[in-house]
Amino acid sequence: MKLNNDCTIAAIATGQAAGGIGVVRISGPEAHAVADRVFKAADGVPLTRSAGYQAHFGHVSCDGWQDEAVALVFRAPHSYTGEDVVELSCHGGLYNTRMTLRACLEAGAENAERGEFTRRAYENGKLSLTQAEAVMAVIAAQGRQAEAAAQRAQEGRLSAVIGERIEALQGIAARIAAWCDFPDEDDVPEVSVDGIIAALEQERDNLETLVKSGDVYALSNGIDTVICGRPNVGKSTLMNLLSGCERSIVTDIPGTTRDVVEQQVTLGDCILRLSDTAGLHDTDDIIEAIGVERTQKRIENAALVIAVFDGSEPLCEDDRRLIDLLEKRSCPCIAVVNKNDLEQKLDTAQLERCFGSCIYLSAAQGNGLAELEGAVMQVTELEKLDAASAVLVTERQLQCARRAYDCIKSAAEDARFTTLDAVNILVFEGIDHLMELTGGSVTESVIDEIFSKFCIGK
Amino acid sequence: MSYQAQGYDVAVIGAGHAGIEAALASARLGCSTIIFTINMDAVGNCPCNPAIGGTAKGHLVYEIDALGGEMGRAADHAAIQCRMLNRSKGPAVQSLRMQVDRRRYSDYMKHTLEKQPSLFVKQAEIIAIEKDGEDWLLTTHLGAIHRVRCVVIATGTFLGGRIYIGDVNYAGGPDGMFPATRLAESLKGLNISLRRFKTGTPARVLRSSIDYTNLECQNGDEPPVCFSADTETPPRNEVQCYVSWTNERTKQVIMDNIHRSPLYGGVIEGVGPRYCPSIEDKVMRFPTKERHQCFVEPCGLNTEEIYLQGISSSLPEDVQIALYKTMDGLKDVHIIRPAYAIEYDCVDPTELQPTMEFKAHRGLFGAGQFNGSSGYEEAAAQGLVAGINAAHSVLGREPLVLERSSSYIGTLIDDLVTKGVNEPYRMMTSRTEYRLILRQDNAARRLTPIGYRIGLVTQERYDKLLRFEQQLADELKRVKSTSLPASEEVNAAIVSRETSPITGGVRIVELLKRPQLDYAALEAVDYTRPDLPKAVFDAAEIEIKYEGYIERQLAEVRKMRKLEERILPDDVDYTFVDGLRLEAREKLNRIRPRSIGQASRITGISPADISVLMIWLSKRERG
Repeated sequence: MKLNNDCTIAAIATGQAAGGIGVVRISGPEAHAVADRVFKAADGVPLTRSAGYQAHFGHVSCDGWQDEAVALVFRAPHSYTGEDVVELSCHGGLYNTRMTLRACLEAGAENAERGEFTRRAYENGKLSLTQAEAVMAVIAAQGRQAEAAAQRAQEGRLSAVIGERIEALQGIAARIAAWCDFPDEDDVPEVSVDGIIAALEQERDNLETLVKSGDVYALSNGIDTVICGRPNVGKSTLMNLLSGCERSIVTDIPGTTRDVVEQQVTLGDCILRLSDTAGLHDTDDIIEAIGVERTQKRIENAALVIAVFDGSEPLCEDDRRLIDLLEKRSCPCIAVVNKNDLEQKLDTAQLERCFGSCIYLSAAQGNGLAELEGAVMQVTELEKLDAASAVLVTERQLQCARRAYDCIKSAAEDARFTTLDAVNILVFEGIDHLMELTGGSVTESVIDEIFSKFCIGK
Repeated sequence: MSYQAQGYDVAVIGAGHAGIEAALASARLGCSTIIFTINMDAVGNCPCNPAIGGTAKGHLVYEIDALGGEMGRAADHAAIQCRMLNRSKGPAVQSLRMQVDRRRYSDYMKHTLEKQPSLFVKQAEIIAIEKDGEDWLLTTHLGAIHRVRCVVIATGTFLGGRIYIGDVNYAGGPDGMFPATRLAESLKGLNISLRRFKTGTPARVLRSSIDYTNLECQNGDEPPVCFSADTETPPRNEVQCYVSWTNERTKQVIMDNIHRSPLYGGVIEGVGPRYCPSIEDKVMRFPTKERHQCFVEPCGLNTEEIYLQGISSSLPEDVQIALYKTMDGLKDVHIIRPAYAIEYDCVDPTELQPTMEFKAHRGLFGAGQFNGSSGYEEAAAQGLVAGINAAHSVLGREPLVLERSSSYIGTLIDDLVTKGVNEPYRMMTSRTEYRLILRQDNAARRLTPIGYRIGLVTQERYDKLLRFEQQLADELKRVKSTSLPASEEVNAAIVSRETSPITGGVRIVELLKRPQLDYAALEAVDYTRPDLPKAVFDAAEIEIKYEGYIERQLAEVRKMRKLEERILPDDVDYTFVDGLRLEAREKLNRIRPRSIGQASRITGISPADISVLMIWLSKRERG
């Protein structure tokens, strides 16, 4: 990432998908001048002389290509980034938008790094760190739930929930601190170790929930999924069904090479990320083809395994080997019994015993997808993700919450055998980790808490 | 008429707890030093609590002593009751508190100043301070003009002091002293902005007018321990303190007369401390509380004056009499000196560097209450650092800046100069993030090497520390390499502490890590244990039992030190640093932090500002 904000940057602000309108945003000290080089307003007035918050109709052009566009002018600091900004809205379609961007780059702007607008906004004090991260997450969010949760964070819901946790921990820290700092004060109650432990354990559990929401959220951005099964059970039919589904999309993740293609399919609200799909497209027996070891490895790295069985045939040796393999696994597994339109010869009792979830469908007929979606939601606990409640949307937020959780967990354990002055260090540290998300000073906040709660003074 | 009087290297204005340490440090470092006091009987006075130490303050006294200051020795000399607070709450928060005979304390300090070579004590009010070239000129009320290189202002509550007792108020210092009335004007002439703080003290009452029958008695701890490494004979517990309580009637008296309080009547503008509220503050702020505690403490052995800790007030004398009389055991109380509030001038400490020198005035230092702190110990700590740095400035030596992670003193000063204050600042253990490594018991280990290097700690004392360090290292090595066998005898000792027996030989350090076991528990079975001072075993036990926490804190120190080492240039105008928020630019320009670390502690500087600052700094460093 560029570490200075001297240069003027430009990028497509509307995402890479085709849409009705494409917007190219230019930001930085030369934003207006760059825009003037590519955009001619119909009234002939240069944008450098335009006031802020003004829209101008005109044309963008580059290398003989030309399109109608509207230029929206912002003047620092009254813009998203806090810098001079021009937003060029052109007719949608990737070609037009890309040509507009190319024009800007040829006119002196630099290609913006991923997230650079937001970083500049944040550095110019336009966004709080939590907000900035939420915006980043929105940009990257895929899937309806992820977006809803990310937007909540932007609105401060995350701050509010973290605030509650901080407040609760401050209460504990202040009780111990007041008891230590004001030993002879009648208003400062004796601190009971059991009481402190109980309070710490409750906060530990609350933080665990918060951390978990982050883990589940990560899933909502895509579940690394392995579909496995012996040949001819219908893996590829199931794949085709998933990919061909009206609501699903198949994308090549930008920036990756052609060789390593990650295929994503959506299943209702879930995004399944099927990596290394080459093996899956192959109807050869994957266990045979890539070896038990490699299959095992892939299953270990997966967040979800869908094991496909043929309902019209009894369990065979290969099926049993797969079941054995999956039994050692702790990641969620779903058994899909395919071909339920044919006469059923499979003894499903064993499958039901081994897999938490068993779905009967016919990939060829295209039924049972809703049940599969339900099963995915259930085994991954995605169904518990309440988009309206706070979740941690970025890895940094998750890390902070996790570190806070670790501190409070240790504090609750240590309080049984060590002195509370030491325990309180962990509580302060836990608060500190959470405050990294919201800002503020832990010592001052605890001291304020002491004076507001206890009548102290000699 | 004025006249040219004797010149000195360093002048100290005020001979309270801050001034004393400053003057002694300066003189002991070889600078000719003069210390001014408005009244020779005010030297080392304790106008409030007749006590030294307490939570976090005890830490400060140990640290002052470790650096070669005087307060610990004086307290040991004057102590009449000693208590180790928080004994059971852990090593980090254990604090020594001593009731002192305030006359004896004051006499000791006065005599120490008088005896100190290169130091001259002078009873005079300084009425003007002005710069003359590289020097400062101090004018006394009698017209003497002293030319000095450095000045330490340690005026306490004397500067612009005003006493409030109900609707009566008058210019005055503490304990009936004259205030310093004219110096403030002179300071304003130097563009030093002054503000008003207030504090208060309870009444002193006649011992024989108290009925102790139903009051809870509070004895000292046996055996008493002392503050100073130099004290050979520890003090004795010679007095008892008692606990009295207010009640509904006390509250009623206060409520009925609250309109007569200068504080609630709006006469006092000064900001008082939250941790030291008057009784009327307590009643108003916590109206549901039925009673408030009062410690009944003797002021000394040769006086019948008793201090009523916790019941300070600025209510009129007649209301004071009425309210004290409602309290347990005080029905017939006779007030010798009434409670009063005192308002005084102090400076915004963000105008100071961590050396205690004014950023804008070379050679001018501040210390103690003048810097917006409160408490004898806080004052003494700053006085010591100001005195050392004034002397170093004269001698052309590197200034002394104590890191936060080195001491409570470092934390106190960093808080003052970085965050500023909006009430008198009191030290608390919760103020330091490094509590477990900044303990009373290791103050000497942390700071005596620094005191020795500066020249305030004697060779003898430094050698004593080195001996201790060696003994501790040897002992830690021994317990880590020596095992106790799974004998009946050993297991009997272990099981008696309700922990599981051992089945094979176990290293002593592993046993000591068990929460139930300590050095005492293993004494009878630990045959290789050498004959060492108890302090060595105590220190070893803390090192072993808190190893994980200490490691954690040291890691934090290392992390923070990286930021402290990223020094910000002196000459930068933050107005032109791109990306900083306006508030940050303004704050950085005003406070001018020495390092990124200090900048990160400024109130109102966000983590975003710090990342901008770091980016900006690396860019600048790269050129």
